[in-house]
Amino acid sequence: MTTEVITTSIDDQPHDLDPNKPLVQVKDLEVSFKTQGGDVHAVRGVNFEIYPGETVAIVGESGSGKSTTATALMNLLPGNGRISGGQVLIEDKDVAKLNQKQMAALRGHVIGYVPQDPMSNLNPVWSVGFQVREAVRANGLATGRKEVEARAVEVLQQAGLADAERRMKQFPHQFSGGMRQRVLIGIGLGANPKLLIADEPTSALDVTVQKTILDRIESLTRARNTAVLLITHDLGLAAERASKVIVMHKGKIVEAGPSRAILADPQHPYTRRLLAAAPSIASQRIGATVAEDGDDEGVIELASIAKERHEEAEAHAGKAVVEVKDLTKVFSIRRGGFKSEDLTAVDNVSFEVHKGTTLALVGESGSGKTTAARMILGLETPTSGEISVGGTRLDAAKGKELFDLRRRMQPVFQDPYASLDPQRSIGAIIQEPLKVHKVGNAKSRQARVEELLEQVALPSALAHRYPNELSGGQRQRVAIARALALKPEVVVLDEAVSALDVLVQAQILQLLADLQTELGLTYLFITHDLAVVRVVADEVAVMEQGKIVEAGTTDEVFANAKQPYTQRLLDAIPGSGIDWGV
Amino acid sequence: MSDKNPHYVAPHEELDEVQIDQVKLSDRKSTLWLDAWRDLRRRPLFYVALAIVILITLMALFPTWFTDVMPRDAELAKSNMPPEPGHPLGFTRQGEDIWSRIVYGASTSLSVGLITVAITAVLGIPMGAIAGFFGGWVDSLLSRIGDIFFSLPYFLAAVVVMTVLSDYRNVWVISLAIGGFAWATLARIVRAEVLQVKQQEYVQASTSLGRSRMSTLINHVLPNSITPAIAYLTLALGAAIVAEATLSFLGIGLPNTIMSWGNDISQASITVRTAPMPLIYPSLALIITVLAFTILGELVRDALDPKARARR
Repeated sequence: MTTEVITTSIDDQPHDLDPNKPLVQVKDLEVSFKTQGGDVHAVRGVNFEIYPGETVAIVGESGSGKSTTATALMNLLPGNGRISGGQVLIEDKDVAKLNQKQMAALRGHVIGYVPQDPMSNLNPVWSVGFQVREAVRANGLATGRKEVEARAVEVLQQAGLADAERRMKQFPHQFSGGMRQRVLIGIGLGANPKLLIADEPTSALDVTVQKTILDRIESLTRARNTAVLLITHDLGLAAERASKVIVMHKGKIVEAGPSRAILADPQHPYTRRLLAAAPSIASQRIGATVAEDGDDEGVIELASIAKERHEEAEAHAGKAVVEVKDLTKVFSIRRGGFKSEDLTAVDNVSFEVHKGTTLALVGESGSGKTTAARMILGLETPTSGEISVGGTRLDAAKGKELFDLRRRMQPVFQDPYASLDPQRSIGAIIQEPLKVHKVGNAKSRQARVEELLEQVALPSALAHRYPNELSGGQRQRVAIARALALKPEVVVLDEAVSALDVLVQAQILQLLADLQTELGLTYLFITHDLAVVRVVADEVAVMEQGKIVEAGTTDEVFANAKQPYTQRLLDAIPGSGIDWGV
Repeated sequence: MSDKNPHYVAPHEELDEVQIDQVKLSDRKSTLWLDAWRDLRRRPLFYVALAIVILITLMALFPTWFTDVMPRDAELAKSNMPPEPGHPLGFTRQGEDIWSRIVYGASTSLSVGLITVAITAVLGIPMGAIAGFFGGWVDSLLSRIGDIFFSLPYFLAAVVVMTVLSDYRNVWVISLAIGGFAWATLARIVRAEVLQVKQQEYVQASTSLGRSRMSTLINHVLPNSITPAIAYLTLALGAAIVAEATLSFLGIGLPNTIMSWGNDISQASITVRTAPMPLIYPSLALIITVLAFTILGELVRDALDPKARARR
C-alpha cells in the first residue's frame, strides 16, 4: 500500500533514545469526574509503560476509560475531570505538576496527538494550509513565512496527502474523511514527537482507507523511532498494529502483555469474551470444527450461530421474498444557477432475497447500499427498475396498496440514539405500528407489546419508561421490537449493529439470528463491515459506486473472491492475517 | 523484551456479572418534561417569578380580592395627593386611587400578553413547521412570506395598524396588531428545529410504517421541535405587554375608557415633575410583571435544554 516515498528532512531524524528507559510511565493512575450524581471514577489504578519506538494499544469498549487514560497523559482532561491519584511520568516529568507553559512545550514536541473524528477536528472556516501552518508555528518548527510554508507542505506530504501544495489552499469540506485524517496525522507528527497518541484514528473511516492510514502511521513512526499509543475498540486492529496490548474494562486493566500472546492465549475471562464476540475472529474460524468450550458460560459463540443459520437457510432454499430488477436511482445535484449534475447512486442493481435467509449488501460509504435499502423500504422512489415484495410490485404501488405493502417490511436503523422518538414511552413506540395499521384494540395491543418485549429479552416494566434510560444496545432491541410488531416478512437492517460495542453487537446478532429461526424472517442486511457479514449472511452482494460488483453465497465470496475490490475489502479487515486462539 | 512486557492478568473477581448490557432502571421515571420540572423545582428564582405571575393572574381574574376601591371613582379634590388610609399608593391627577387602577389594569396587560402570544403561536408554529417539514416550493413560499413580515419592524407595523383602525381600538385589535407581525421570528425558530428533527431516524421509521406525512409531522416532528418555541413564547409574552403599554403611552393603543398601565403612565407623564408617583407606580407594576415573565421564560428554556442543564 505504501508506495509513496517518505521524505525526511533534518528535523525528522529518528530519535536516538535508550530503548530500555521508558518514555512514559503510568503509575496507579486514577482519574475522576465531578458530575451531578457525585464523583465518577473513570480510571482506577492503571499501570503501564511505553518504551521508545514501541507501539502500545489500549483496547476496550465505550466507557472502559481508554480515551480518558490517553487524555490524562496529555493533561487535557475536561474541566470536571482530574487526576485524583497516581502519576503520569513523561520522560520522568510528572504531567500533573507541570504548569501551562511546560505542558504546552510537552504537547507537540514530545507527545503528538491524532484525534478520533476527522470531520469535527478541523476548523471549517480556515483553509487546511492555515491550520497546518498554525501548528508548525505553535511548535516553533519554523519561523519566517516561507520556511513555515515549506515545512507545512512537507508535513502534509509525509502524511501521504497527494498534491499537498495545491491542497493547502482548500478548505476542510473539500477533503474526504481519509484526507482530513492525513492532515491531522501530519499535524500530530509535525514536530517529530517521541510519542504519538492516536485515539481511534480510523474508526470513522472506510476499511480500505483505514488500512492505508494505519499503514502510513506505522511506516512514519517506524522510520523515526516514534512510540505510538493506539486507542481502539477493535482487538483485531490492536493485535495487528501493536506489539503490546492493554485490555481495559470499567477503568481497570484486565489484561496486558505482548499482543500475540494475548490473542493466542487470553487468560482473563473478559478478554476471552471479547475475542469470542469479535466477528473478525469468527470469520477465521468458520468451516473449522467448532470446539466445545464447556467452561465458558456466557460466551457468545458466533461461529456456531452462523453454522446453525446456514443449515436453516439450506432447508428453505425456496421462493424469493424480495426481488429487485435493474434498480436505478439518479439524483440530480444542483451546481448553482440553473445547472445541475446527475449522480447515479444505484446503477442497474438486481438481486433476490429468499425466504428465511439473509442477504448482506456490503460496500463502503457512497457505494449506494443505503439508497438501495431506502428504495426497498419505499422511502425513496426508484428512477427505473422493479422491486417486488412477496410478488407484489412495490415501485408501482400507491396509496392503500403501498400502505399494506409497508406492513410486510420494516426497518431497523443505525443510530440507536436517533431511531426512537425521545418523547414517547417505549410501550407507545412499539405500539405505534399497530395503531397506524389499526391492528387489535387497546388491550390486545398492550399484550402484543409485552410479547414483543419478551422476544427481544427486555423486561415488560420498560413499557412505561422512556428511551433516555436505555443503553445503545437496549434501544436497538426496542427498534427491533417495533420492526417486528406487524409481523413483517422482511426486515431491512441498515447498519443496525455498527454503532454498538463488540459484546453488545454479538448479543444483538444472536438475537437477530434467534428471531430469524423462530419467526422465519428474511433479512436484508446493509453494512460496511465484512466481518459481521461472515457471521450473519447467507448471501453477499458487494457494491461499489452504485453497482453490484460481486455476488454469491457468503462462503464462496469469502473463500474465493473474484473481484480485486472484494479481495481488497477482505484484506482490510483488521487482524485478518492473525491466528486467534480462543 | 519479556521483562519490558510482562503478561499481566487482573484478578478475575472483577467479572461477576455474566449478563451483558443488563437493563438498569432508576427508581424514578425520567422524561424531558419530568426532568425539566425537577430542574425548575430546584431553582429559587423560579418560585419568585412564579409567585409574581400567579399574583398578577389573580389580580386580573379577581380584582376585588385586592381592593375595595373602584378605579374610576374620581375625587378631583384629591388630585395627585399622597397615600392615606385605604389608598396605599395615593391618587392620580384625576383623583383616582393608584393601587386600584394598577389592580384593574392587570387584566388588560395580561389579556394583551396572552392573546398576542396565542396569535403568534397559531400563525408562527404551523407556518414554520409546514415550511420546514415539506420543504421545496412550500418552504420557499412560506419562508418568503415570513421574510416580508420579518423585514417590517412589528412595532412600526402595529403603530400603522392602530392608527388606521383608530375607531376599533380594543384588546383584540391591539393584540392582533402586535401578534400579526411578530410571528415571523417564531416561524423561523420552529422551521429550523423541524429541519433538524425531520432527519432523525424515528421520523423515517414512522414513514416506513405507513404513517401519512401530516400525521408524522403532528405526532413525531412537532412534539420534538416545540421546546424552543415554548421558551420564545414565554419571553414574547413580556414583550407584548411592553408593546401594549408603549402603544397606549403614545396615545394610539387602548382608549382611555379601558384601564391599562400604559394609559396611566401616559396620563401621569404630564405632571411628572410635580407628582412623579402616579407615573412611577404603574411603571413599577409593568417592570415587575415583564421581568417575572422574562425570568420564567429563561428558566423554562434552560430547563428544557439538557445541554444547558449540564452546564450549570
